[in-house]
Amino acid sequence: MNLDGAFSALADPTRRAILARLALGEATVMELAQPFEMTQPAISQHLKVLEDAGLIVRRVDGTKRPRRLAKAGIEAMDQWLAMLRTALEKNYDRLDEVLAGMEPHKKRGGTR
Amino acid sequence: MSKLTLKTEGDLHLVITRHFAASPEAVYRAHMEPELIKKWMLGPEGWTMPVCINEAKPGGKMRYEWSNGRGGDFYLTGEFLELEPYSRIVHVERMFLPDPTPDNRVETRFEPDGTGTLMTMRMTLPDAQTRAMMLATNMEMGMEASYARLETIL
Repeated sequence: MNLDGAFSALADPTRRAILARLALGEATVMELAQPFEMTQPAISQHLKVLEDAGLIVRRVDGTKRPRRLAKAGIEAMDQWLAMLRTALEKNYDRLDEVLAGMEPHKKRGGTR
Repeated sequence: MSKLTLKTEGDLHLVITRHFAASPEAVYRAHMEPELIKKWMLGPEGWTMPVCINEAKPGGKMRYEWSNGRGGDFYLTGEFLELEPYSRIVHVERMFLPDPTPDNRVETRFEPDGTGTLMTMRMTLPDAQTRAMMLATNMEMGMEASYARLETIL
């Protein structure tokens, strides 16, 4: 897996979304272009970056060239765990505050 | 120092652990009582949970709805399978984005850990692709900057 290539390939939100779509299964360029409201050439350019990074592979099916995730693509998604961790931590920081409110700190040696 | 750990396990699982400076009872309740859930289970800044239904009994229904006030609303439904106050919750859930995601089976344990609680949440997805998709989706949700774009593609 080309780590640098994978990283820059994933820097673009559209390419991350394409990868997420391909996680659901193989798709043609036309199928990929439709939900993104992008032209096929624009999608093709993104696909090329993902292919060059080794994240996706293409298959020949008559005139179609359906894409699917390469093993590296699935692994790359695992690398996103770090960012997901940050997002989750935000939730749990808030939970810390909620819990502090439920169990107020007991003053020691005081009368109230 | 982050107290959170998050790792994949095999092809199907995602395991999250977090320590809390509160009793297992309090942490369990914060996961089960709607008025408490609405205070923290919010994701990025700017989101609220206008609807939180959480029927705390086996077979009970869950429905959480999130809103960013800008039309980026989505929701989750689920059912409780097993409940052991205040130590264990097993439920299944799916997100509607707006199409439903495959069911995610979640087992959440709360164990005494020093003077606090260790929470271990173990998610089981139907297959590796679904797990990858869930991670990708959740990551996007953690990135407020990409929200405008996300709304156009989900």
